[in-house]
Amino acid sequence: MSADFVARGQDLELESIRKEFPGFVAVDDLDLKIPAGEFFALLGPSGCGKTTTLRMIAGLETPSAGHILIGGNDVTDQKPHHRPVNTVFQNYALFPHMSVEENVAFGLKQRKVDNPQQRAQAALEMVELQHLAARRPQQLSGGQQQRVALARALVNRPALLLLDEPLGALDLKLRRQMQIELKAIQMEVGLTFLHVTHDQEEAMDMADTVAVMNHGHIEQMGAPEALYDRPKTAFVAKFLGQSNLFVGEVAEADDAKLAINFKGNRLAAPAARVEKTKGKVAIGVRPEKTSFHPEKPASDPAVNTLGPGTITDIRFTGVSNQYQIEIPDVGEITVFAQNVGKSPVVELGAEVWVSWKVEHSFGLADLPTGEEEVAE
Amino acid sequence: MAFVALGPQAPVASQKPTKTGRVALYLLLPGLFYLGLFFLTPLFSLILTSLKAPSATGVIGRYDVALEIGNYGYALGQYAPQIFRSFSFALIATVIALAVSYPIAYFIGVTARNRPLLKGMLLTLVIAPFFISMLLRTFAWKQIFSNDSWLLNTLKDVGLMGADSYIIGTDFAVIFGLVYNFIPFMTLPIYASLDRLDLRLVEAGQDLYANSVTTFRKITFPLSLPGVISGTLLTFIPISGDYVVASRDFLGSTDTAMIGNVVEANFLRIQDYPTASALSVLLMAAIVILVSAYVRKSGTEDLL
Repeated sequence: MSADFVARGQDLELESIRKEFPGFVAVDDLDLKIPAGEFFALLGPSGCGKTTTLRMIAGLETPSAGHILIGGNDVTDQKPHHRPVNTVFQNYALFPHMSVEENVAFGLKQRKVDNPQQRAQAALEMVELQHLAARRPQQLSGGQQQRVALARALVNRPALLLLDEPLGALDLKLRRQMQIELKAIQMEVGLTFLHVTHDQEEAMDMADTVAVMNHGHIEQMGAPEALYDRPKTAFVAKFLGQSNLFVGEVAEADDAKLAINFKGNRLAAPAARVEKTKGKVAIGVRPEKTSFHPEKPASDPAVNTLGPGTITDIRFTGVSNQYQIEIPDVGEITVFAQNVGKSPVVELGAEVWVSWKVEHSFGLADLPTGEEEVAE
Repeated sequence: MAFVALGPQAPVASQKPTKTGRVALYLLLPGLFYLGLFFLTPLFSLILTSLKAPSATGVIGRYDVALEIGNYGYALGQYAPQIFRSFSFALIATVIALAVSYPIAYFIGVTARNRPLLKGMLLTLVIAPFFISMLLRTFAWKQIFSNDSWLLNTLKDVGLMGADSYIIGTDFAVIFGLVYNFIPFMTLPIYASLDRLDLRLVEAGQDLYANSVTTFRKITFPLSLPGVISGTLLTFIPISGDYVVASRDFLGSTDTAMIGNVVEANFLRIQDYPTASALSVLLMAAIVILVSAYVRKSGTEDLL
């Protein structure tokens, strides 16, 4: 009756998936393909449609339009209990009236798999909770409950495992530990993981591929390094890490580079790293690629320079300091500097110039609207 | 000054529970007083009466203090059919009330959860019968079921009922009346349980390959069990002792008499106080035994 017990993950394909709720569109013609065995993260702020997407894949929500294919089979009209998909829910959704072992064995029993108890025990061993098998979920800590939820889903060897912000309720240290464990388990079992989260560090840390979602569509998708290194929209630049963005008219554009005139300053980016070459263009740089200098640096076409400005704020974050530099007529720039030597490197109120290598600049396809920063 | 007086070594922790304990005790006093006056005293009096023997003077309605255990044997022997009927009716009515109430409670607590207006209206409808006295409502049914009512005439006209058949005084009428009167007591506790049901658990069940029937059987129903247990107790216990619905003045006849009716007749008409008391004690004992067995069984989830 239900799908086969698969040994490996299967690929997932979403074809122009759309979900409309009264008054708004939660998911707007989304296309997505996740290859088998991949750890894929769907990253976005709350309300971006990522959880709705996940619920449609699980079958808990019916798409208004489009198709969902798992391993090439169209499951769009299948009931959730027929789909080879299991979910680790945000609040775990462990059955309070069953023991930990009964929780884990639940899916196996429904599919009439042989030796459900034995398999449940093995799954609990994998998450190192075999000694708590007889307990009730509410007797466990948050981290333990999270692992039971994971074992309960994984024990079924689904073609696709959905993770709905499963680490959100854990404290930072436990979250880091679970991230490592989750990644290790995924590599070990070779299943396809779709992880929905609003935590960009979590997404980048664990996923092979990250898709950044906003307003029901995917803004950009790719390997975490690529996304971080070359965000293509203002939303991605601001949501995935931090960015300094500068908007100006294109002053020159050739095969090698593009330069804008930003309030009288010439800021350049390599031609291969820009999305748009006409009109107003936003050029950005990551704060850790930026450095400051007490003296005005010598003019160099390979370096973008702004200044002078004043250090208005220094925030100590442990491994690095975050400096805010206010440059008159230009605005505020954020610079990260590693605390390898004396901290802080400069004092509050000091006058500095800011510079970064042209090769670290990126040009965006759109312009910042100022709303990106409200994202979580 | 007070803080200084307490000092750092003051055993605040050990003093506090004693204090709150004493306050709790004071707060309990009215309840204990109430229980002693209105439960234990009558209970003692009831047991005392149940053991009395007819007065040596031979005056009807006069009894002397004695240790007449035989009263119990007499009551059991004389009224075995009514005792049996009471519990059968209570069981049947409870089961029917559960079957009717559960879907109502489910609809209000789960289906209408995100529609506050509908939910409020439905809850009001469930409670609405309480706005009218139970006696009046039962009497209304007597009218509806009476031999010359439009309902019976219609049923007879279309041939669904024989020309000389009747409803009042039958088991059907009594059980119907019992179910009708006690449905709110069943619906409300089940609603309270289902209203708190975390629907994500139901989704988790579906996600774990359980179809809707299995999800209901393994997740929704077990999680609503506290409400089902309270509901069944709140219907079964009062129905066992009910004497209104089954009485001849309402929907019953002598053929449908339950313990309540017998107790009433013995107390108020025959003036056989010891037998009436013995029956009351027996009813109470039977309920205590049945209910504790039921609660114990449901506590271990064997009820499923």
